[in-house]
Amino acid sequence: MSKQINVALIGNPNTGKTSVFNQLTGLKQKVGNYPGITVEKKEGVCKLDRGVKAHILDLPGTYSLNTTSLDESVAVEILLNKKDKNHPDVAVVVCDVENLKRNLLLFTQIKDLRIPTILVINMADRMSRSGISLDIPLLEEKLDTKIALVSTRNATGIDRLKELIIGYQTLSANPNIDPSVIAPDYFKKLEETFPEQERYKLWLVITQDVNFMPIEKQLIKDRSSFATKSKSELKRLQQKETILRYQFINGLLKETYRVDRNAAKGFRAGLDKVFTHKIFGYLIFFLILLAIFQAIYGWSKYPQGIIEDFFAMASEWVKTTLPPGVFTELLAEGILSGIGGIVVFVPQIAFLFLFIALLEETGYMSRVVFLMDKLMRPFGLSGKSVVPLISGTACAIPAVMATRTIENWKERLITILVTPFTTCSARLPVYLIIVALVIPEGRFLGLSYQALTLMLLYLLGFGAAIVSAMLLNKVLKIKSRSFFVIEMPGYKAPLLKNVAYTVWEKTKSFVVGAGKIILAIAIILWFLGSNGFSDDFENAENIVRKRIATNGLSEFNALAMADSLAVYKKALKDSVQKKVYRIGDTAISDSLKLRTNELTRQATNQEIASYRLENSYMGHLGKVIAPVVRPLGYDWKIGIAVLTSFAAREVFVGTLATIYSVGSDEENTDTITQRMGAEIDPITKKPVFNLASGISLLLFYAFAMQCMSTLAVVKRETNSWKWPALQLVFMSVFAYLVALAAYQLLS
Amino acid sequence: MDGTVAHLKRGQKAIIKEIADGALPIKLLELGCLPGNSVELVQVAPLNDPIYINVNGSHIAIRRAMAALIQVTLTEEAQTEQ
Ligand SMILES: Nc1nc2c(ncn2[C@@H]2O[C@H](COP(=O)(O)OP(=O)(O)O)[C@@H](O)[C@H]2O)c(=O)[nH]1
Ligand SMILES: [Mg+2]
Repeated sequence: MSKQINVALIGNPNTGKTSVFNQLTGLKQKVGNYPGITVEKKEGVCKLDRGVKAHILDLPGTYSLNTTSLDESVAVEILLNKKDKNHPDVAVVVCDVENLKRNLLLFTQIKDLRIPTILVINMADRMSRSGISLDIPLLEEKLDTKIALVSTRNATGIDRLKELIIGYQTLSANPNIDPSVIAPDYFKKLEETFPEQERYKLWLVITQDVNFMPIEKQLIKDRSSFATKSKSELKRLQQKETILRYQFINGLLKETYRVDRNAAKGFRAGLDKVFTHKIFGYLIFFLILLAIFQAIYGWSKYPQGIIEDFFAMASEWVKTTLPPGVFTELLAEGILSGIGGIVVFVPQIAFLFLFIALLEETGYMSRVVFLMDKLMRPFGLSGKSVVPLISGTACAIPAVMATRTIENWKERLITILVTPFTTCSARLPVYLIIVALVIPEGRFLGLSYQALTLMLLYLLGFGAAIVSAMLLNKVLKIKSRSFFVIEMPGYKAPLLKNVAYTVWEKTKSFVVGAGKIILAIAIILWFLGSNGFSDDFENAENIVRKRIATNGLSEFNALAMADSLAVYKKALKDSVQKKVYRIGDTAISDSLKLRTNELTRQATNQEIASYRLENSYMGHLGKVIAPVVRPLGYDWKIGIAVLTSFAAREVFVGTLATIYSVGSDEENTDTITQRMGAEIDPITKKPVFNLASGISLLLFYAFAMQCMSTLAVVKRETNSWKWPALQLVFMSVFAYLVALAAYQLLS
Repeated sequence: MDGTVAHLKRGQKAIIKEIADGALPIKLLELGCLPGNSVELVQVAPLNDPIYINVNGSHIAIRRAMAALIQVTLTEEAQTEQ
């Protein structure tokens, strides 16, 4: 095997690391996590000349090697730890040409670690617009490095970068600066105590504030004879170091970097004036939110319809084509419908991340943080929590992951804990079907009651999140440094390639991450619902047929059949009168008889299925929990659906569909709604889904933590079971109590 | 005239003075809040906080409380175009 060169891309946030990464690797990339923690790890392979391959790592953005967040500490750890398998042979520092001064700070630090370093000056396409001119050869000389002037937008300079990577062994690994001048005695002592270690590396290890990873602190502790300095003293030295580095950078840019100050600057200022305006700013943000909602609930409908139809057809095809048996059933009813239930959410997730990626790419997202910061502060949050909370309206899983950019741990924890209250897309199928069933059709101020109810549910979710954030802010005793600094990047037209990669990657992580659990549950469900241990289950068909032969069909089925026949008969007579058909009375009665037989057959099958289910494993399970959910207005069937939807909320509808229509044909989605509407409680003789039980269900789903995948993500993000457990208990108990109160009041 | 960044008006520029040891988070220094650098107030959020400044070519938003820690000497009066 040919040797792979380990390359790490590092740089300030928003300098184009990911864009360079995409250019180098194309679709040959893998996104995962660093072991044990949840910082996103992006790696890929780049084919260079002469059969040489490079392994490319896209490190999290960092302003310097002095870390203040988990993400940054990962980048630093990889650079410091020579034994890490990701430790780079060559570091590629990506800079924004418009912000070179600040970006070079990090460059000089990395250089001081004696790692071979290439400097990428990105966004070259913006130089003429901003009136920037550069003396590259002189800069290379002064920085003792090689430079690639790149524009990922125009795909220029990438070949030069690849060449530099191939020739990495010829790069100088000498430091730019001697940081020891800030405290000569101290550094001398360091050197004497640890002669085998790199000096600057020692310094970094000593001064690190945040280290979640097993950074080599051990090194220092082993020699207790060495007196470290006090925290404030170290901080003072770090400050000196920063000033020293900037002196060096200012000096060298004076000779190599020129900006024509008169060049267009009005673009950013003009847009900022509008986007952060006290009225237009919020109005625009509100309109963008509306557009996102429209996309998720309006536009997604069409692809979702196609996906549903496709899986229904596939399931039908399997059932009619393959020989009947357990495996065919497993495939058609368990696996295919399970996969369909996952894929159907892809359009919504994709639309959300399309918008988020666009907002981030254009630089608008920072303006949202800027606008919302003050509003979020009373709740112990900052503007940075707005994005995760809003992403929560699509899915809590990526939203919880999106909290990684929040540096303040307390703030981050609160955001993670409350995000699952926001109305995620998985609640939507539950809401839609129940709202359609129990909320009357009328209108209020031109808005339908049903739409209003949905809106209220969204507000309720957001309100619950905000109020619990406020509570948590009071209750949680976590000391954390609170400072808020965000960069306001310039406005840019989005790079569509970047947007596409984001959408693809997020969708994939949803399908693969949450999908596995949903599929597993679908299969378990299918198994529990189509197997049983009692004789009643085994002989379901005979028992039901006998019952129908003596007592006739169930009351509801008999009525429904009579209704359906009457409609059919009227339609038939009308057509005969209008001379659409020319048929005699006998033909009419024959046709009616055929129709009757068909309907009877369907009803019989339904009753058999429902009897089987009642006596299956699942039926027994449902009856066990029935007393617990009874006070909320649910029967044992809803009880089962609530239980199974602990895996993921959308399973609720799937379960009910299974419960009510196992073995029956499901031509359209209205069927399940009608079927639910027709369900009569055997005790009260009233519809099971009435206003009281419907509202109770809606509230239950609004507040309950019915999502295993979110819990798993929270566990990973907080690195302990304590927080997800707390979240689960709190949300479930709260949901139960609210649903209980609602049902008892309304019924 | 002296003051802090929190005192600036929109469009006003100033030069950062000596910073007391350890008074500011290191991150702010790294972003360019260093003695001698120029700072301009670009925008104020609608609710008067946070503020958005351009320091040394970096555009960043910080809260007023932190801005009040950055001592400056004013160099330019507020532009009156607003
Ligand atoms: N004009 C221009 N914009 C770029 C270029 N490379 C990246 N960008 C934009 O800069 C922003 C940040 O890019 P990204 O790759 O996400 O940066 P990262 O945060 O360092 O990974 C995005 O809006 C990109 O579209 C470039 O060469 N020219
Ligand atoms: Mg990136």
